[in-house]
This record gives sequence, structure tokens and C-alpha cells, in this order.
Amino acid sequence: MKARYGRPVVPSRRRGQGPSPRKRMTVIVALLCVAVSGLVVRAFDLQVVRKQFYQDQGDARFLREMPIAVSRGTIFDRNGEPLAVSTPVASIWANPPEVLENEDRIPELAKALHVDADDLKQKIVQRADKEFMYIARQLRPEDAQAIVDLKIPGIASQREYRRYYPSGAVNSHILGFTNIDDHGQEGLELAFDEWLAGKPGAKRVIRDRMGHVVEDVELVREPQPGRDLTLSIDRRIQYLAYSALKDALEKNKAESGSIVVMDVHTGEVLGMANLPSFNPNAVRGSTPSERRNRAVTDVVEPGSTMKAFTMAAALTSGKYTPTAPLIETSPGTWMMGGHPVRDTHNWGTLTPTGVITKSSNVGAAKIAMTLDTDFLYGVYKSFGLGNSTGSGFPGEAAGYLPVGRTWKPIEKSRLAYGYNLNVTPLQLATGYAAIANGGALRSPSFIKGADNPPNQIVTPDVAHNLVRMLETVMAPGGTGYGFASVANYSVAGKTGTSHKNSAGGYYANNYISLFVGMIPASAPRLVTVVVINDPKGGHYYGGSVAGPAFAQVMEGAVRLLDIPPDNVGRWYAGGPSQGGLIGTTNAQPPQADESAAEEVVP
Amino acid sequence: MFQTLTTRMKRFGLRLLTRPRLDLPLLLALFVLGCAGLATLYSAGNGNFSLVTGQAARFVLGAVLLLVISRIPPPVLRSWTPWLYLGSTALLVVVAVLGEGRGAYRWLDLGVMRFQPSELLKLTMPMMVAWYLHPRQLPPSWKDIIVVGLLIAVPAGLIAEQPDLGTALLVAGAGAFALFLSGMAWWRIGLLVGGVGAVIPVAWQFLHEYQRNRVRTLLDPESDPLGNGWHIIQSKIAVGSGGMFGKGWQQGTQSRLEFLPEHTTDFIFAVFSEEFGLVGVIAIMLLYAFIIGRCLWIAMNARDTYSRLLAGAIGMSFFVYVAVNGGMVAGILPVVGVPMPLVSYGGTSAVSLLTGFGVLMSIHANRKLHD
Repeated sequence: MKARYGRPVVPSRRRGQGPSPRKRMTVIVALLCVAVSGLVVRAFDLQVVRKQFYQDQGDARFLREMPIAVSRGTIFDRNGEPLAVSTPVASIWANPPEVLENEDRIPELAKALHVDADDLKQKIVQRADKEFMYIARQLRPEDAQAIVDLKIPGIASQREYRRYYPSGAVNSHILGFTNIDDHGQEGLELAFDEWLAGKPGAKRVIRDRMGHVVEDVELVREPQPGRDLTLSIDRRIQYLAYSALKDALEKNKAESGSIVVMDVHTGEVLGMANLPSFNPNAVRGSTPSERRNRAVTDVVEPGSTMKAFTMAAALTSGKYTPTAPLIETSPGTWMMGGHPVRDTHNWGTLTPTGVITKSSNVGAAKIAMTLDTDFLYGVYKSFGLGNSTGSGFPGEAAGYLPVGRTWKPIEKSRLAYGYNLNVTPLQLATGYAAIANGGALRSPSFIKGADNPPNQIVTPDVAHNLVRMLETVMAPGGTGYGFASVANYSVAGKTGTSHKNSAGGYYANNYISLFVGMIPASAPRLVTVVVINDPKGGHYYGGSVAGPAFAQVMEGAVRLLDIPPDNVGRWYAGGPSQGGLIGTTNAQPPQADESAAEEVVP
Repeated sequence: MFQTLTTRMKRFGLRLLTRPRLDLPLLLALFVLGCAGLATLYSAGNGNFSLVTGQAARFVLGAVLLLVISRIPPPVLRSWTPWLYLGSTALLVVVAVLGEGRGAYRWLDLGVMRFQPSELLKLTMPMMVAWYLHPRQLPPSWKDIIVVGLLIAVPAGLIAEQPDLGTALLVAGAGAFALFLSGMAWWRIGLLVGGVGAVIPVAWQFLHEYQRNRVRTLLDPESDPLGNGWHIIQSKIAVGSGGMFGKGWQQGTQSRLEFLPEHTTDFIFAVFSEEFGLVGVIAIMLLYAFIIGRCLWIAMNARDTYSRLLAGAIGMSFFVYVAVNGGMVAGILPVVGVPMPLVSYGGTSAVSLLTGFGVLMSIHANRKLHD
């Protein structure tokens, strides 16, 4: 064999007979063995040694967690009327590389979306290295389906929810709004975001390379739909407040204003309207100033409305009763620390009640100066001045009340009639609600059935006396007489007018007109604060500017809440010809007496 | 005439029985491989049955060619060789002319089926080298080596121009194997390899950018995971996630979810590895090794130089396909577009491979008779 296959010593020219193939074959077989075993070793390395790594890599490519959209909880008013609802919408998204593979269909897509084809293409090209982009968001489900039905590769739709506010601008400040991803941005939507949002579920799905879901594998997380929220707001009272405010702003050519309606027994806010307002269904077109919930975030100097708190301190101190001692206010000015305290008229000698009725700054200042500073500060503080009300509303302002021991005499006197401090309309409502509620203060709440513990800040007797004193404001000779009357109901309240202030001082001709009223005065159920900012219609006294808005809201509210009238007899005494029947509206209110307005010189 | 036909048929059948022209072990191995290939193709094509029937039809066509060619004695094949070589090279020129200005153009449309002339060269090239070396004194002299070099270079150059670098290298390789088997001295081989090594930096300048990228990506596929690295990464994931026993037939996720590119053609072996695991890989590797070994055994026992060189070259080409495709799928060789023989979906490849095995059968039938 060796002689036959071995290489010949002397190579001879053998036609068709090459040298022995054996050696070359050995080389080749060796190569074959090396290559095959090399591949097998590599396969072993990949499939056994690093198997887990590659399995994870593989899983990571086709197993995806997909969110399961949940709808946000509905917000109801106290009677179960929906104020904010989530409606299913569909968003169109694209897998840019896949769409670009079918570039010729982009114009078709653009046409269906009513956008420019070149712009759309440019947007897609910019995201060519991504696997996901939104093409259009929050379309009506049937519109989205029409686009999906075009069957353009790489285009799919996704279920989402869009917030819809049926009452539009009326409730917008209370409710706030959500962003495009359905997260609360302002108002109660923000405060209760977690409650309302629920928890999106998640499912594991198998997706192919193009991102199409091939199969649902398992539910990772059960979706938790958002929970509903029932507000203390009464949609109808809210609407009354909104339209009354609108009328008041138009009539007085004012730039902005707020109305807060509170249930005195529970602290529930039944209505809270602000102007200017915005449409929460189209937030984009609004300005930040329109979106501000002024009743909670903006502070004003309370002016004469402060006198009720000063009088609460006076009565509590024991030094004063509603009728004694008499206070000398003539000649209508009082020099205090080199600055005059002025009244509109020389009211002469007034009882403490008279100080409230006539809204005498001199009287209030004189009373305050007889009271202990720390005591007075303590009473102011107890009414919630200078502190956030605890309503939990996002962005709530705390207002400002200087600390008692820093008060200079002039400051102390000015605080007595509502300068040198500021409050939010909600704070004012809360303080007056405490008076109306027998001296028990409850934190305001926007949620129905809230059980805020009452805090007895003045005795029921003092509170009762204060209500009686405030009632005189609405009687002939009072600053509110004729402006804020409600047929068949007795009203207690306080007017207030303050100069608008700025960083540099007070504007001479810019005012803030306030009115705080409670109804029915015999057993108050509602406290309402009306703040009109910068009226330019010629009137600026709180009674004439803010009072009518109060009356307008309350006339409706007392009927809606079925509050029994407490003033029928007195109206009948006036004579049936004056239309004193319950429910009639043609009653002529008593003539207003502008002369009763309070002095507002700061 | 009818009678003569039946008589001839009878004689043919008798001859098949008494002296089989077909190497049954090789035929059986090819049959098993073909079946495994069709099964994998069915799975890789996501149960697309038309893909499988199309491939099966090509197998049948290839098998017919195999049977016919196995009846042609090697001397006759040898006498046809120059014409086959010239003809297939001429087709390359036709493709080059037709493809003027059309980018990559490799196909010739015959109406019935499209086929790549470069595929023909995989067979006619080693035939031609064997034909040239057959009457020469072996081991070959420098003069013969240069002539063989030219015979290889012209068609390979045309194919590389298409541009199809992978096939060009395979065709050149098929010719080179014949030369290698002719007993070319080692020092000459060393010199040539050294020379080629020196030319590589120059050749790099002439490579197309996508070809350079393929080599670059090989060195660091993760550097471009969305572009060139995609194939390799996805393929490695497919193979690796198969594990020891695989995910099971039709259970491979990488291919079914279309993460794995070219999963019915170049990367079908990744699908096979994913679904049948290491056990399947070893089994199919053994099958391939057996087929290649059988080719080499046939070459060893060939009657003359032409047959020996041709059989050896065909066997080695087959070996290279398996090694290159396997290496590519396993992420150790560049992505060069070499199909896995008889498993990858692809018309001309299956037919030309089976034709090559027909030649092997013929050589086997006319083997040296041992005592």
C-alpha cells in the first residue's frame, strides 16, 4: 500500500495519476474535525454556558409589559351631578422605522389626520431611531378607528381617557384640570390625584419586531380604576354664584372677583366662583391669571369686615356688651399716633352695636385700644387669620397677620378695622361661619360629608350677640341696608371696602369691595363672602358693589336648600301690596342709603 | 421500439441492483438532511406551506439531476468541462451587462425560475481546475499554478463585481481546493497565502462600504445593534436561548416574532438551533461531518486525478458552506450570505448542490476497484 500511495521518490509524469491524496486528506479531515468541534464548542458556550443571558435577552425582546389604561374617577357635586368625567378616547401612535418603510402612505395618513404631509413626514423622520411616537392624541374613538382601518404598517391606536368638564368655566377653579396624560394639574384634580387616578394595570404580552401584540401572556397587575369623588359643591349654587359674580363684575366694571358660599354647620364649601375664569376643556387657550382660584390663592385686606372679629374680642373680654359702654366717635376723626382715623360722618356717641351698624372706624379703633394686645391677637388668630384654613386646596394662601407683640399702637388700631393684614376670601368665610355657627370654627372642606372637628373659639353667647349686631347692618341705617336683602329672609352681614394696596402703598382710587353675609340671621345656615376687585363703575362701597351679588346668590340658594324663611311676618307687616308672598320676586327692596357707607380711608 | 425500451429499462434496473451507481449511505444522509431542512423551513416560515413545497420541488429537480448526472461517466464530464466552464463564465458576463447601473444584480430570469449563474461556477470551477491539472505533472509547477490562478480569478472577479463577495470567495475557494488537493507544495502554499495576506490591506480599499461594515461589525457587533449588528445579535440570542434541548419545533420565538432576520435563508440554522438546542446542533453537525467525510472517501477512491480533485473540491466546498454559515450564525464569522446547504431556503443553491452530489455519485460508481 505504501508504495502505491506514497509519494514517488522520482516524480514521474503520470497522466491522470496525481501524487498520493492521503496526506492532503489527513489535513482536510483534521480541518473538518477542528471546524465541527469548534462549532459545537461555540454552540455549547452559547446554549449551555451563557444560555440564561441569551434567554433573558430574547425575553426582553418579545416580552413587554403593557399598561392597561384605567379611567379616572368621576367627580360629582353633592347631589350626584357629574362635574368631571372621563370619556374613552384613542390616541394614534406610530413605529417610525416601520412607517418610513412605507413612506408612500404618509400622505394618506396626513390626509386622514388633516395635517400637512411634509410636516408629518419630517416629524416621523426625526424620530426614525425610536420605536414609539404619538401621531395624534385623544381622538374620538371612531375617528381613530378610521385611521387604523387604513392599515398603514406601523400605525396603531391606544385606548386613553380624556377628562371632560360638563359645566365648563363655572367649576373650573375648584376642579382644576388634568394634563394630556390624565394627571391632575391644579385644583381638586391635583389635590385628589392619587384617589382619582387609580392604578393602571399591566399585562405581559408577546410582541413581534414591529411591536404588534401577538399574544397576551399574563396579567401582571390588576388595574385599579380611579375612585369617584363627591364634592361639597352644589352645582346649582355654584352656577348662581358664578352668574351673580359675572353680573356684579359687569355692572361695576370690575376686573375680578370671588364668591364663596359655605355651610356654617359643616364647613362644607357649597360654591366657590371666581372671575375671570377659563374653560377647563380647553386649558391651552387660558392665561395663568384666568386659572387662579382667587378665593383661595389671592389675599385682600378685609377692611371693615374685620370689625366683626374685633367686636368678638371686645365681647369676649367682658369689657363690652352690645349696648355698653357707649363710645364717643365725634368729631368723626381720631388722631392715633399722628395719623387720623376717619369715619364718613360724625356718628356721635355709639353703642358697640352702633359701631358695627355704622361701621365706625373710630369706634373700632377705640375699642381695640382698650383691649390687651396679646388677647386681641389671640382672638384674631383663633378665627384663622394668618393661617391656612386647612382645606387642603393646592396653592392655598395663608394670608398675613402680624404677630401681636410686634404691634405698634397705630398698627393695633388699624388692624381693628381691617388694614395691615390680609386674608383670603375663604379665610373670611371660615371666620364668619364660626360666628354663625355659635362660635365653633370648622375648617372648610370641599368634600361632601367631611367631618372636621369643631373648635369653640368664642362662647355661643358672644357668637349669638355678634349675629344680632351684624343683623343691624342690614337694617335701616346700616351700611348694608337695601343692598343685600333677601325676600322673606333675615340677613346678617358686614360690608367692607379697602383701598387696593401694592408694594408701594395704597392706590387712591382703586378699591376692593367686600360683603360677608349670613342667612337666615335667626339661625344661620349659609355664610357667603363676595369680593369684587377694583370696581370702576362709580360705586365702590362694599354694600352697593358686593351686596347685590350676595342677595342674588342667596335668593336662589335658600330655595334650593329648602331653608325655611324666617322673615315672612315682617314682610307681611309691610303689606301684601309689597309682594311679601314666599317665592315671589317682585318685592321692592327698601331704598338703599349710600350715606350709611363706611369710611375707607386707610 | 417499445420492446427495446422495456428491455433497456430492465437492464437498467438490473444494473442498479448488481452494481449500484449510487452511494446509498451518502444518499440516505442527504435524504435525512433534506427532510430536516424542510421541517425547519416549515417552522421558520411560520407554517407557510408554499415555502416548503417550493423547496421540495427544487429538491426533486435536484434529485433528478443527481440521478441523471450519476449516469454520466467522469471521462465524459471531463470532456465537457471546458465548455461548461466557458458557458457559465459567459453567463456571468451576460448578467454583468444586463445589470449595468442597477446596483446588485445577480439573477438571470428564465421565466420559470430565476437563477444565479454564479451558483453554476461553484461546480464548474473545480471541474475546470481539475480538468486543467488532470494531464499535468503533479505536484503542479509555478506555471500551472499561475494558469489555475487565472482560471479562478476571472469568474471570481466577475462575481465580486456583482457585487457578491461571499460567493466570489466560495467559487475561488472551490478552485483553490482542487489545486490544494493536487498536492501543491506547502512552501508554495505558504508563499501564496503570504502574498494574499499582503494584498488584503490593498483589497480593503476596493471593498464596498457595506462589506467593510460587515467585517467591522463582526469584530464588535454590539457597536451597531440596530444596523449591522442586528443580524448577529439576534442570531446569537436565537441560538443561545435554545439551550440544551431547544424550545421545540415551531416554538422558537426569535424567528416567529420576526426578530431574526433572513430566518428562512441565511439564518435558518439559528432557527434550528433555537428549536432543537445543543442536542440538535450536535446531531446535524454529525450528519454534515458524515456527508463531508463520505465525499472525501469517494475522492480518495477516485479512479483518476480529475475525479479525485473534483470530488475532493466538492466535498470541501460543502464543508466550507457548513463552517461559514455555522460560524456566521454562531457569531464567530462575518455575515457573508452563505446558505446552510440543503437547509436554507433558496432555489439555485439546492439544485446546484445536488448536481454536485450527482457528480460525486458518478465518480463513486467509476471508482478504483480494490482487489
